[in-house]
Amino acid sequence: MSTDAIALPRTEAAERPFVDALHGWVTTVDHKRLGILYIVYAVIFLVIGGIEATIMRIQLIRPLNNFVSPQVFNRLFTLHGTTMIFFVAMPMVFGFANYLIPLMIGARDMAFPRLNAFSFWLMAFGGFLLYFSMIGANGLYGAGNAPDVGWFAYAPLTARTFSVGHSTDFWTLSLLISGFGSIGTAVNIVTTVLCMRCPGMSLGKMPLLAWLNLVMAWMVILVVSPLTAAQVMLLIDRYLGGHFFDTQAGGSAVLWMHFFWIFGHPEVYVLVIPAFAFMSEIIPVFSRKAIFGYPVMVGATIAIGFVSMSVWAHHMFTVGMGPAANTFFVLSTMAVGVPTGIKIFNWLATMWGGKILFKTPMLFAIAFLFQFLIAGLTGIMLSCAPFDWQLTASYFVVAHFHYVIVGGIIFGIFAAFYYWYPKMSGRMYNETLGRWHFWLFLIGFHLTFDFMHIPGLLGMPRRIYTYEPGRGWDTWNLIVTVGVAFQAVGTLVFVFNLVWSYFRGKLAGSDPWDAWTLEWSTTSPPPDYNFAVIPEIKSRRPLWDLKHPNDPDWKYE
Amino acid sequence: MRASYIKDSTRSGLCRIFLVVLWSAVAAASEPAAPALSPTNIFAPASTPAKSILGVSYFVLAVTGAIFVVVFTLLVYSVVKFRRRSNDDGREPPQVYGSNQVELAWTVIPVLIVVALFMATARVIVDIQKAAQPANAIEVTAIGHQFWWEYRYPALGVVTANELHVPVSDVDHPTPTFIQLLSADTDHSFWVPRLAGKTDLIPNHPNSTWIDPHETGLFLGQCAQYCGTQHALMLLRVYVQSRADFDRWIEQQRQPAAAANAVSEGQRIFETTACINCHKVAGTVANGRFGPDLTHLMSRDTIAAGAALNTPENLRLWILKPDAIKPGSLMPAMQLNDHDLDALTAYLETLR
Repeated sequence: MSTDAIALPRTEAAERPFVDALHGWVTTVDHKRLGILYIVYAVIFLVIGGIEATIMRIQLIRPLNNFVSPQVFNRLFTLHGTTMIFFVAMPMVFGFANYLIPLMIGARDMAFPRLNAFSFWLMAFGGFLLYFSMIGANGLYGAGNAPDVGWFAYAPLTARTFSVGHSTDFWTLSLLISGFGSIGTAVNIVTTVLCMRCPGMSLGKMPLLAWLNLVMAWMVILVVSPLTAAQVMLLIDRYLGGHFFDTQAGGSAVLWMHFFWIFGHPEVYVLVIPAFAFMSEIIPVFSRKAIFGYPVMVGATIAIGFVSMSVWAHHMFTVGMGPAANTFFVLSTMAVGVPTGIKIFNWLATMWGGKILFKTPMLFAIAFLFQFLIAGLTGIMLSCAPFDWQLTASYFVVAHFHYVIVGGIIFGIFAAFYYWYPKMSGRMYNETLGRWHFWLFLIGFHLTFDFMHIPGLLGMPRRIYTYEPGRGWDTWNLIVTVGVAFQAVGTLVFVFNLVWSYFRGKLAGSDPWDAWTLEWSTTSPPPDYNFAVIPEIKSRRPLWDLKHPNDPDWKYE
Repeated sequence: MRASYIKDSTRSGLCRIFLVVLWSAVAAASEPAAPALSPTNIFAPASTPAKSILGVSYFVLAVTGAIFVVVFTLLVYSVVKFRRRSNDDGREPPQVYGSNQVELAWTVIPVLIVVALFMATARVIVDIQKAAQPANAIEVTAIGHQFWWEYRYPALGVVTANELHVPVSDVDHPTPTFIQLLSADTDHSFWVPRLAGKTDLIPNHPNSTWIDPHETGLFLGQCAQYCGTQHALMLLRVYVQSRADFDRWIEQQRQPAAAANAVSEGQRIFETTACINCHKVAGTVANGRFGPDLTHLMSRDTIAAGAALNTPENLRLWILKPDAIKPGSLMPAMQLNDHDLDALTAYLETLR
């Protein structure tokens, strides 16, 4: 095993000038540094997207409020959605995949290190373009500057007739460019997982995190491509006289919806499957048990990957598809609930009979299970097309997908942060601050998103900058906004904990959690070459075998 | 480990509190007196499509509620029961790698649940979307504009804006209203929660919906698909009237515009400014199609698609400075002096 690293002289000595260090980060092709760049980039945008959400919630705190104008509000929700999906969730997921996959499969780097760096900088440039629109996109009089077409940018609102100026172009180019970056990273992940595994690691002995990210990366290749194609078509419409989506010249608005949602729905799974991956590593370690039903977990993930490709039009139950198409998408959408349910049961079975240790990562993991359960059940409600005719485009659906994305994906990402922080930084985070973060965020999350369902049931549509009194929405909106304050403070505690622990945290050692996968066999942080000797493994839990030579896993698998 | 346990029990306590609150909210929302909670409460249907939707919704809520109770109980039980005790011996628990029987069970049971939910759903989809249009149905064409609604009754020769009038429908002898949905510009969505689920208005893509309100009264709703700057104040008002009142309303709407003798100065201003580029007053030179038909403006309770009450002061303000009522609306500020403004308002006040 590769526990002993080769003692090389450390190249990054303390007296290195800042410019050199910066140069090192900008030109790096090391998967660990790129992973950290992705993650830091995502945290910065998380704060920006959070500020946008906070401004929107202040505007909605009472009826007929005048905190921001409708124009500003529309830009805020467009930026908030685009930022959180493309420049927070995606880079966060890619960052962890980049950092962890080579370490967990016993490789020295990703398959294509330069492509890796190129993909990151493409995505970084995409995010920069989106926000540069605030300065650069000033169009005709009254055209505004930041994009204001909504994050799914339905045609024909994006046509030049309705969206004068260049804000929509910045939006389009931003997603086009970051989309190329995503595809590059996805190709890299697929190749790495398929070709770079250490000796002994057959596909059936890979950590679940590698499996799930393999499925995620395949999905990115398949679904980001149509989105990218649609962005090119939109640019052709806007500048080359095309009529794909230009309804005034016979184009089809529904065509854009199909293009967008064939990306947009699988995208949810692109983001949540890595969160599943974190759960599948964290829950076993803190329950002190092997994952329950490994083959079924892999199978269920692949099933989700396939079925989620055929559910997109459940976002379009109200566009007049007719009973046949509606019925098909009801069935496929409900069907995707089955493999997802299997996963939840398998995690519960993993905890069952274990000795559960409630460290911060496990607290977030348990909250994930609870919240993802509810998110899945409201998803079943929405999959029932007639119910959806009432619920879609209302605050109920906003609450539902925030339950998935915040309650599921972001809680999963927080769990991953605390779990792998010792590995990435070499130091332990502060457990007390971690718990403060957990409880503040949990309370804030439930105040905001539990109560957000109710105005939706009472007929409040999404994307409205104001509403009249007397609709029965006032109290709920007040509670929702109050919850934001808790989440904001929780997030500040989180960021403070990351920074403070980096300088003042206790040294973590290689294996603070007494865990079982290969990343814990090397030093924290790992050396540039990851492993002095490429490890050889015999089971899914190589460090378990090492720690229990009398009772190794490979005898049972 | 003691501390962890204490915090953990607080957590499940909190969850229970949330549950209780959520449950009481849902229960409150489904009270029979639900319209009091909100005029747009989906739990207070007053029309067949909304009622069938609520029926299947209750079924789905019951099934998902049962699943929630089962899985949540299992989660709480395993978290509490299998926590590491303070007197833990430090040995690893028995390692279990899986069980085909158990996993098969929790695959098959969800499949059966899905089949049941699907059957119930498919039936309601077909009931609503395949409903045949009876001969006595009222036909309306609703056209979405940025940011107002145009309603045309082709068989009755009536054109109006923003306030849809339909007759009440007796459950035994239904007179439903079938609405064709068109859009003049961007996507919109027609949503009156107590009458029916939403259906989008998409340019180049005609849609339709239908309602058969079982009680008279005013039903509110609003555009539910983001359509541009003033999406928020594109409000919907449906007036459900007795058949006699509805017939009277139709008769009144078919009258030509009131002859404006005393206020002809206002009419002259109206007809010599940009007003007529967008607005129509039947029987005059004003025949614009871009904005609402004003022939019977005074028969409406509201202006600016429900954003303000139809009072002389609001009307005057709307012409002077539309952004004060509805910032971002496509109605331009008319730049008239006080005298002209008064005369114009007075003229509009005669359009009954």
